Amino acid sequence: MPEITLHVNGREHRLDVPDRMLLTDALRDRLGLTGTHVGCEHGVCGACTVLMDDRPVRACLTLAVQAEGRRIRTVESVAPSEDALHPVQQAMRDCHGLQCGFCTPGIVMSLVALHERAEGAGTVAEEEIDETLSGHLCRCTGYRNITAAARRALGADTAPCEHAPEGADR
Amino acid sequence: MAAVKPAPFTYRRAATLGEAVDLLAADPDAKVIAGGQSLVPMLNMRLARPGTLVDIGALSALDYVDVVAGRLEVGATATQADVAAHPLVRAHLPVLAAAIARIGHSQIRNRGTVCGSIAHHDPSAELPAVALALDAEILAFGPRGPVSYAAASFFTGTFDTALAADEIVTAVQFPLPAPATGWAFAEVARRSGDFALVGCVALLRTDAAGTVEEARLALFGVASTPVRLPEAEDLLTGRPATAEAFEEAARVAAEHLDPGSDSHASADYRREVAAHLVATTLADAFARTPAGSTADA
Ligand SMILES: Cc1cc2nc3c(=O)[nH]c(=O)nc-3n(C[C@H](O)[C@H](O)[C@H](O)COP(=O)(O)OP(=O)(O)OC[C@H]3O[C@@H](n4cnc5c(N)ncnc54)[C@H](O)[C@@H]3O)c2cc1C
Ligand code: FES
Ligand code: FES
Repeated sequence: MPEITLHVNGREHRLDVPDRMLLTDALRDRLGLTGTHVGCEHGVCGACTVLMDDRPVRACLTLAVQAEGRRIRTVESVAPSEDALHPVQQAMRDCHGLQCGFCTPGIVMSLVALHERAEGAGTVAEEEIDETLSGHLCRCTGYRNITAAARRALGADTAPCEHAPEGADR
Repeated sequence: MAAVKPAPFTYRRAATLGEAVDLLAADPDAKVIAGGQSLVPMLNMRLARPGTLVDIGALSALDYVDVVAGRLEVGATATQADVAAHPLVRAHLPVLAAAIARIGHSQIRNRGTVCGSIAHHDPSAELPAVALALDAEILAFGPRGPVSYAAASFFTGTFDTALAADEIVTAVQFPLPAPATGWAFAEVARRSGDFALVGCVALLRTDAAGTVEEARLALFGVASTPVRLPEAEDLLTGRPATAEAFEEAARVAAEHLDPGSDSHASADYRREVAAHLVATTLADAFARTPAGSTADA
């Protein structure tokens, strides 16, 4: 079993992992970071999406050993503090962009990457938002609220969400 | 215990190309892993059970895009996302960026490589067809030294290529189309991000009067390899680039295709979509030529 160093959410971990262990399983089972969900394990659903060197990738299509030396971020790293949400998370909440929440961490990670780019570049093209969301399957909500949340979080739409639940706090 | 789904293998990360070739030669059941976006799903489903995985991901010297002597060269570890966004690709070979945009989703293209897609050769993949349309050269390295393959003889069957088991693709060279060549790329898939049912690459060069000097057509999803359409290309050459000529090329294309039926689409459907794509990509390619862009459509 190779001993590897994984940089996850700003911390270094020394781990002994089997060669064949997927990054999803290293994150969930070895580091206890169960926010990264596992749906299909062949790259289709997007539930396992994490950031690798700031880009969204499928953790289920990455071996843990391949992640050595790369910077991994999971959904656990996204909120700035215990009682505050990242703008992407806040928009998902405001727009009721989730139901069961299974697909949500992956979507949040893809949108966080777009958000970081938008902060550098000003805005993100609407097509790019749609393209990004097309890499995620949600079985609960349909995409209207998720899309509305993404547009709001990325500054493509500033109107309040029409689908916000009654009494949703801002 | 953690679920580990792939069957056991030995993972080796190569530090140099020479080391990668040695590692590959040392185990007849070894396989190269580049982006892993096709290989890891196959490992997870145990459709592939290599003895050794030789990871070429750390060969950063092969992470490049260059234009040399009229050819755009893409190194083995350049990701699809980086290649599509590369200024040299945008400026010199926009058809490559357009084709990459239709590969899966951005999250896949962030890891998948251009060379990996060509080495993998899924018959419904975009890049083998682009390689064929442009007469690309596939450069490889093995125990016998460097080798190169013409795209026309590289793709030999579904998931099969002329590459020897102990060879590593190091780069793909796409010859740049002659100046003023129009291009188009189109595919039909069930949903955005899905593999194409049928797709088409078209390149068209005309003189100032709009007479076709050269046409190149490559279809994918209609056979076990991407296919060129010499009959339709020949029919167009020397003729005015008109809607009638494009329709006739589409008819000739359909006559010469023998697609298979599967659970995704019937042979008849594929043939009809292919013909439609030939006509529409030719029209789009013509609109991108100097003659076609000034003619009012
Ligand atoms: C959800 C999803 C959707 C997808 N949709 C599409 C799509 O629409 N169109 C499409 O074309 N692809 C699609 N793909 C596949 C993806 O584009 C892959 O990235 C690509 O086909 C393979 O590139 P890779 O670098 O990931 O190769 P890997 O997965 O690492 O390798 C694939 C195969 O090629 C071999 N190989 C790779 N690099 C080399 C090399 N340099 N030398 C020798 N052999 C090599 C490997 O040994 C292996 O057999 C999809 C994948 C997923 C998960
Ligand atoms: S679990 Fe990774 S994409 Fe579905
Ligand atoms: S909220 Fe349940 S799968 Fe998306």
